[in-house]
Amino acid sequence: MKHNFSYFFKEGVGNMFSHGFMSFAAVGVTVACLLIMGTFSLVAYDLNENLKDLQKENAVLAFVDESLTDDEAKALEGKVKALAGVADCTFVSREEARDNYVALYDEDDLYQDLEAEIFRHRYVIHLTDLELMSQLKEDLENVDGIAKVRADETISAGFITVRNIAGVISIALVAVLLIVSVFIMSNTIKLTTFDRRDEIAIMKMVGATNGFIRWPFVYEGLLLGITGAVIAFGLQWLLYSGMVRGVESSDTMQLLRLVPFTDIWMPVAVIFLVVGIMVGVGGSLMAIRKFLRV
Amino acid sequence: MIRLKDIEKTYENGTQALKGVSFEIADGEFVFLVGPNGSGKSTVIKLLTGELIPTGGRGMVNGFSLSHISDRQIPHMRRTIGVIFQDFRLIGTKTVYENLSLAMRAVGASGKEIRSRIPYVLELVGLSGKEKRYPDELSGGEQQRVAIARALVNNPSTIVADEPTGNLDPGRSLEIMTLLKRINDLGTTVVVVTHERELVNHFDKRVIMLDAGRVVADGAHTYEVASHEA
Repeated sequence: MKHNFSYFFKEGVGNMFSHGFMSFAAVGVTVACLLIMGTFSLVAYDLNENLKDLQKENAVLAFVDESLTDDEAKALEGKVKALAGVADCTFVSREEARDNYVALYDEDDLYQDLEAEIFRHRYVIHLTDLELMSQLKEDLENVDGIAKVRADETISAGFITVRNIAGVISIALVAVLLIVSVFIMSNTIKLTTFDRRDEIAIMKMVGATNGFIRWPFVYEGLLLGITGAVIAFGLQWLLYSGMVRGVESSDTMQLLRLVPFTDIWMPVAVIFLVVGIMVGVGGSLMAIRKFLRV
Repeated sequence: MIRLKDIEKTYENGTQALKGVSFEIADGEFVFLVGPNGSGKSTVIKLLTGELIPTGGRGMVNGFSLSHISDRQIPHMRRTIGVIFQDFRLIGTKTVYENLSLAMRAVGASGKEIRSRIPYVLELVGLSGKEKRYPDELSGGEQQRVAIARALVNNPSTIVADEPTGNLDPGRSLEIMTLLKRINDLGTTVVVVTHERELVNHFDKRVIMLDAGRVVADGAHTYEVASHEA
């Protein structure tokens, strides 16, 4: 049977408006769900981005034993690179280390005549994942020829904890809110369906297929879901932009870098739309199932 | 063509509604299905419309097997049958035209087909000019005519009427039955479930009588039917 789009769509819109209050409730819940889910996900995303920045900046320093010759010190590079969690490692000779150090205090005479011998050869190591920092530190300390390892574990551990907590909260909230939204959407459509149970029974009696009966309700759910997604997207934009402005103007939170909404609006829009449609159509299909058993 | 052979139906609660019912209704026949309450008439109707599946025996309705029909085939079987109910079952929020067009749309008819078929069917049932009326603006007899029009609108080969005159006065009942007879004269098989002895006797047609889930009489025995029903 040909898909009668205009008929199904018209019926879907009619259903939506004939139960205005429940439709409003369904859209409202979808908006709330998407907004909470979106906000937590964006916070988790931002924390992750900050963590990546930190990963770039937060290098582990492995100091080479001063008893090793220059060639022996350089030869350690292979061993260091072979360790788990090493993204890249750069050999810095004691002369380069001295120059870098002096450059930091180029206006202070006290530091200008330092001997390179007071510095050690070292490796500057970047990690593939900050969570591997402790393990890498331990592994480096076990490499023959590495005298000392310096890794700033406290900051990375703090970030990892916050990111993990935000991630878990996001996932839990998203799961709970999705279930609640599908349930409310399903009840909204069930009310429409219940109101039209005689009509459905008659349609079944004259030989309508389940698909024909189901489509108007699917369109209703689809429209409710899309409406919720569009409203939620607009509100999310306002809310997130406000958060960004708040963080930027805050003296205490300037360390945090929030990605501007204009950089991420596209994936947010797509996710909101997909989740809205899933909630709407999923709720419809759940609601109509019982009424098709005639 | 309807053919039932040793059909049995036992409900989940253990009630045995049909105990080996057999009969055959040829294309174009007019048949009354009579019997006291609980005799199994409604169960037979539900089997014919695919609402129930028999628990025993074999049956065939317009080429569809009753015992082996798949869920996908049921809508297609129902399109060969027009069903009329005692309580009309019209959609109160839709006009006469919309009630009929819904039935046509449900089976995939195009707008053009709907526009040409509905006036013809409404004329057949004597309701021309009442397309825009809502069911509650019509008399009981007129509402039943709309229900008949809806049953006919998809041009089924069989009409099954379950107590079609149960809510009507004797005058309107005779009109409805006469209309069904006219439809039968045009070639449609008509099966009417009724309690009304006078009507059965008025139309000299085949009568299948059920009692306690069994066929107890089958033929043009209007007098006997009247005796049993009395």
